[in-house]
Amino acid sequence: MITVKGQPIRTTNETFPETVWAEHVAHIDRIPRPIAMIGLLLIFLGLWQAVHVFGLVSPIILPSPAEVGRDILFVGSNLISGGYMLSAMWITAQEALLGFAFAITIGFSLGVLVGETSFGERAVLPYLVAIDTMPKVAFAPLFLAWLGFGISSKVALAAFIATFPIVVGTASGLYAADENARALFRSMGASRWQTLWRLKIPNGLPQIFTGLKIGAVGVMAGAITAEFLGGGKGLGELIRVAASQLQTPRVFSLILYLSLLGYLLFWTVVLLERRLVFWHRASATGIEEAR
Amino acid sequence: MMQQAVEAGVRHVPGRPIYQLRNVSRSYGAFRALTGINLDLTEGSFSSVIGPSGCGKTTLLKIMAGLAPPSTGSVILNGRPVMGPQRQIGMMFQQATLLPWRTAIDNILLPIEIRDGRQAARAHRDDAGALLDLVGLKGFENAYPRQLSGGMAQRTAICRMLITRPEVLLLDEPFSALDELSRDNMNLELQRVCLARNATAFLITHSIPEAVFLSDTVYIMSARPGRFSEAVTIDLPRPRTLEMMTTPEFGAYVTYIRNRLDEGAAP
Repeated sequence: MITVKGQPIRTTNETFPETVWAEHVAHIDRIPRPIAMIGLLLIFLGLWQAVHVFGLVSPIILPSPAEVGRDILFVGSNLISGGYMLSAMWITAQEALLGFAFAITIGFSLGVLVGETSFGERAVLPYLVAIDTMPKVAFAPLFLAWLGFGISSKVALAAFIATFPIVVGTASGLYAADENARALFRSMGASRWQTLWRLKIPNGLPQIFTGLKIGAVGVMAGAITAEFLGGGKGLGELIRVAASQLQTPRVFSLILYLSLLGYLLFWTVVLLERRLVFWHRASATGIEEAR
Repeated sequence: MMQQAVEAGVRHVPGRPIYQLRNVSRSYGAFRALTGINLDLTEGSFSSVIGPSGCGKTTLLKIMAGLAPPSTGSVILNGRPVMGPQRQIGMMFQQATLLPWRTAIDNILLPIEIRDGRQAARAHRDDAGALLDLVGLKGFENAYPRQLSGGMAQRTAICRMLITRPEVLLLDEPFSALDELSRDNMNLELQRVCLARNATAFLITHSIPEAVFLSDTVYIMSARPGRFSEAVTIDLPRPRTLEMMTTPEFGAYVTYIRNRLDEGAAP
């Protein structure tokens, strides 16, 4: 039997200078975020106001911030009181939502076809890539000719623009399942269907949601473009009319409310993502800190 | 004495034959990954295979598991030819491969859910809890994989393998990603489970001490083409303890196998 004797670790009485020191942080990085954001906005508005005060640009082309602010309040009260602008916003919202619903249904199905089957990857994917590289807005006159000036042509263009990112997101999500997990499912005797729904789709949700977020932005662009080109009763038509009448403050405030609509759709997707993809690091900011 | 044990080749573990491989080979085009593999595993035995990287160990395991077909030869499990994934096999891989969106207990129940559906999985919740208890993870039922350390994740993977009560365990370097302390504990755990259930185990490893510690027989493989060059019977009493790893007998087995591997590696 071998025994090992331990020896106490010796320390000296020598003293050393303290080496506590603070890491240098630049002053600009110490500004709290809300103050930094509001400050930047004020600088921007100040410059805008300066352009107006010095008369650098005609007020018809660029109204003053105060004028735009007044119009934002006016349009806001019209929206709250349920005026004609609310019904216009509702029409645009319907176009975007219906377009998104179609894009999700078609995009997800095509994505599964491409990501799961060899046929889809070899035969369908090349066509999708070819169409995706086209400027899709150029198809708007076709949709108008086919579907008329009502809501359906707007829905069609919105869906057309948003479908492709969802196809790409879904297909790359299905590819993302790693070889170990696939081998595990095979060793458990899982069917193709089971592997798809219990492994590949949940595992691909981060990529699928990336596609959905790009799509959510795309449907708004599609709906508004189609309204510009094909009239109707949506916000796009209001913007077009206001611009043609040189009511520039109105154009600005309508764009703001249109953005709020797009923002709402985008954040609905983000909140859904946080709920479903809580396990994925990049998608789940906030959960890590809570731990 | 040891030399005798080595030459005898096969130790006579009492038990019926579980696996019979006859002249199994696997080629990819002109490349022969495996050739002339003959293997008999009896019930309750623990065997390991050790060999240089790329000698076809994982290919062999996949063929045994029915995940890949052999190019020639036959694989018989419990008297039936293996042609596809088998119910009575439990597998473990180098990575725990837990599904990050499922809690520990739902990960463990996955094989049941795949095989018999969600309802059957619910009915097995208590079994899964008992398994977690067995591997010292009581209270982690609802933990998500990212909340588990590497060792805990691998122990959860052991539970997932055991939930279907497999008669045969196929293990592909299951603990090689772990630190040495956890690894020793895992090996003790594995031995305990195998002895308690009389399970037949086949392990791929790169660690000679691990192979000696766990096995009744250690198969040494050589590469190009992959084949068994020797079977070493480990004649140490069970259950084995970590202290046994410091005995001269244990050291002699390790040295012997290391020398054989070195000879094989030299061209």
